[in-house]
Amino acid sequence: MDKQSFDVVILGAGPGGYVTAIRAAQLGLKAAVVEANHLGGICLNWGCIPTKALLRSAEIYHYMTHADAYGLSAGQPGFDLEKVVARSRAVAKQLNGGVGHLLKKNKVPVFDGWGKLTGKEGARSVTVEKDGKPFAELSAKHVILATGARARQLPGLEVDGDRVWSYREAMVPKTMPKSLIVVGSGAIGIEFASFYRTMGAEVTVVEVMDRVLPVEDAEISKAAEKAFKKQGMTILTGATVKGVAKTATSVTATVEKKGKTQEITAERLISAVGIVGNVEDIGLESAPKIKVDRTHVEVDQWSQTGEPGVYAIGDLTGPPWLAHKAEHEGVICIEKIAGVKDVHPLDTGRIPGCTYCHPQVASIGLTEQAAKDQGRAVKVGRFSFVGNGKAIALGEPEGLIKTVFDAKTGELLGAHMIGAEVTELIQGYSVAKTLETTEAELMHTVFPHPTLSEMMHESVLDAYGKVIHM
Amino acid sequence: MPVSILMPALSPTMTEGTLAKWLVKEGDEISSGDVIAEIETDKATMEVEAVDEGVVAKLVVAEGSENVAVNELIAVLAEDGEDVAEAAASADSAPAPAAPAETKAPEPAPAAAAPAASPTPAPTAAPAAAPAPAPSGGRVFASPLARRIAADAGVEISAIAGSGPHGRIVKADVEAFIAAGGAKPAPAAASKAEAKQAKAEPAPALSLDDPIFKLLPEFEAVSNSNMRKTIARRLTDSARDIPHFTLTVDVEIDALLAMRKQLNERDGADYKISVNDFIIKATALGLTRVPDCNVAYTDDAILKFSRVDMAIAVAIEGGLITPIIKDCASKGLATISKEAKELAGKAREGKLAPEEYQGGTFTISNLGMFGVKSFNSIINPPQAAILSVGAGEQRAVVKDGALSIATVCTLSLAVDHRCIDGAAGAALTKELKALIEDPIALML
Repeated sequence: MDKQSFDVVILGAGPGGYVTAIRAAQLGLKAAVVEANHLGGICLNWGCIPTKALLRSAEIYHYMTHADAYGLSAGQPGFDLEKVVARSRAVAKQLNGGVGHLLKKNKVPVFDGWGKLTGKEGARSVTVEKDGKPFAELSAKHVILATGARARQLPGLEVDGDRVWSYREAMVPKTMPKSLIVVGSGAIGIEFASFYRTMGAEVTVVEVMDRVLPVEDAEISKAAEKAFKKQGMTILTGATVKGVAKTATSVTATVEKKGKTQEITAERLISAVGIVGNVEDIGLESAPKIKVDRTHVEVDQWSQTGEPGVYAIGDLTGPPWLAHKAEHEGVICIEKIAGVKDVHPLDTGRIPGCTYCHPQVASIGLTEQAAKDQGRAVKVGRFSFVGNGKAIALGEPEGLIKTVFDAKTGELLGAHMIGAEVTELIQGYSVAKTLETTEAELMHTVFPHPTLSEMMHESVLDAYGKVIHM
Repeated sequence: MPVSILMPALSPTMTEGTLAKWLVKEGDEISSGDVIAEIETDKATMEVEAVDEGVVAKLVVAEGSENVAVNELIAVLAEDGEDVAEAAASADSAPAPAAPAETKAPEPAPAAAAPAASPTPAPTAAPAAAPAPAPSGGRVFASPLARRIAADAGVEISAIAGSGPHGRIVKADVEAFIAAGGAKPAPAAASKAEAKQAKAEPAPALSLDDPIFKLLPEFEAVSNSNMRKTIARRLTDSARDIPHFTLTVDVEIDALLAMRKQLNERDGADYKISVNDFIIKATALGLTRVPDCNVAYTDDAILKFSRVDMAIAVAIEGGLITPIIKDCASKGLATISKEAKELAGKAREGKLAPEEYQGGTFTISNLGMFGVKSFNSIINPPQAAILSVGAGEQRAVVKDGALSIATVCTLSLAVDHRCIDGAAGAALTKELKALIEDPIALML
């Protein structure tokens, strides 16, 4: 048995875990990471990154099929699915290697195995197993749980890896399905729906809520639904999957909407109905003061669990399930442990979210409805892509940038965008929110011409009746 | 980047201070840990150490400047390889320093410095998002949203402590400040609130130009030091707001004096225990036996402290200060004696660290050395009691129907009736009398 001691041991090398480990090393702490599968976690290996690679292929394919609109000809566009998937895997592999290099450079040892919290209060350790056999015992002053989350399985809609896929199978298709049902229209469901639709599949999206992308502002959901329908997707909102029947070549979902039942048959079905935290078999029973709310570990603003010396970050602690949330929580947590001065808790109202469907969706802060529900008087600004020179030149005239201000204080409460490249634009509003700018500073900010970002300016101007190009 | 040196907050309550003395001059090379200035706060004179190293490019605030707000730029440091002149010029973007106190004119420091880049007065056309005025002319770091909310609420932004990165004032700080009652009442709806506030405000002290002073003989006007202002404010608040009552008890100290002599004459005694040290020890012990007197009053709850932190009133030049012997009941006489001496010495030199005089759960004030027979003290809030110790003197006492002579000292315990009732106060004076008259009990 390999016995070592550390200042901090981190369970899980996803974006939360490995970033925390690097920061710990920078702060002079002796840190180690335990990872059972891949450095970089789901995000880098089976989530954020490889889907972006797939969607990039889809985007270029879309341009190719629309080349004529730009005065170009490219013969008969086509694709080799195996190569598309291979590229996505290669991208993930490259970054996975990059994480390994970063950890090595920062002298953070990685224990390749399944880690479990062991010991007791005041004498914590992590036991690492491989194939069920413990091989390392790491005593730790602090243990940070960063074991992440996985896809939720709904009864009757269990993933079988064949007809019913999770994100995992959907990431590495061997053949392009002719038809596809996507259950759930959150970020994961919609990104796959968008990828497969662009690549030519008939796609039906089934969403239990009354609109797609239900966490977004209602206006954005509406614009997204309109765009998806225009691309040929079938969208069923307010609809529930009652049951699934499978044959060797097809899957039939019984869908109920407004009391009426219909049957939809497709080659495959993707289940994207939410996320549950990985709380099982990580030794939580050795720390009775840790509170678990369903599948999420409860923590305070510094990621401290109820158990002294044990912390939890990222997806394991609940929504929003975003890599950048995990990274920030991890850095704050480790800086607090190290006694860094001027550490501030994460303000969850300032975490932007991005969905890389076509058209892209990005948002931060309160939706118009959420702001009104708080009893605030609001000023709302809107600017459409059709009024922006760069958008027209790009051939991307569809989209909207919406801003929500507190009418009393001028605080930027939220920003909601749909359209080309908005995932790269949203950070401007993130900075604005972090600096607590009001509409005045945003109006005084010079946005370069010609860029899509000019719309961010115009949307603010519109909220105060000063819009120019509309 | 030139390094800005800001007025440090040397205690949690400090909002401004006097830059008493610069210990460096422009052009001096300094390194981290060097003492660069002395700052007089409301409580003490403290040394400021450099955090960074470099060359002093500019002393922005002149020596002797009063009311320098916490976080105001006081000096600029050029880092290694930086042009000192350029670094100094960067300071000019900050407001002009308060005028050095070269003239003896009694006029106050300039009320507001210009927010503009030049040290000339602000142009009449103020920029749209003009920074909130800082009364001391200090640069205030605050988010635009925080400034706007403060302005809308009529709150002086510089009065708010910042919790953001590098002490920046953010929205949450302003909202908390307003929620805590920091906002001025809005003029329209002010009548009731104002009336209430007016009642609570102390009558202002006479101003220097009051006609009454013309009828009085010639005088020298000694400006109120920060300490004097603090004493005036806190004791006025206490005398006005706390319902005081006093319990007086005579204690015989002959046995105590004999024991003191015995202890101090022991071979190898490296201490010299005073009568006051005995009283400190007895009071600390008494408070652990009567914990109902080791308390503080708040509107929501009475706070019962888990240990006795004894504040000892020490007269110093220009005022008084109360250094603290922490966890006093668990300390022996020799330790108490040593700590009391050391703290009093530091207090007289103005070298007490904030943690050495802030806090305290009970105060003892002794004027016995001046021959005062007995006196009443004003409670130092948030404490709820203070013990006044008179002189030990020979008095005629009647014992068992016969006249005899004893050394007697009068103790007066002033308590806050909101949280300490007569019986609780009397229980403490009874304990004190028992412990002091039978001092061997202090050794237990």
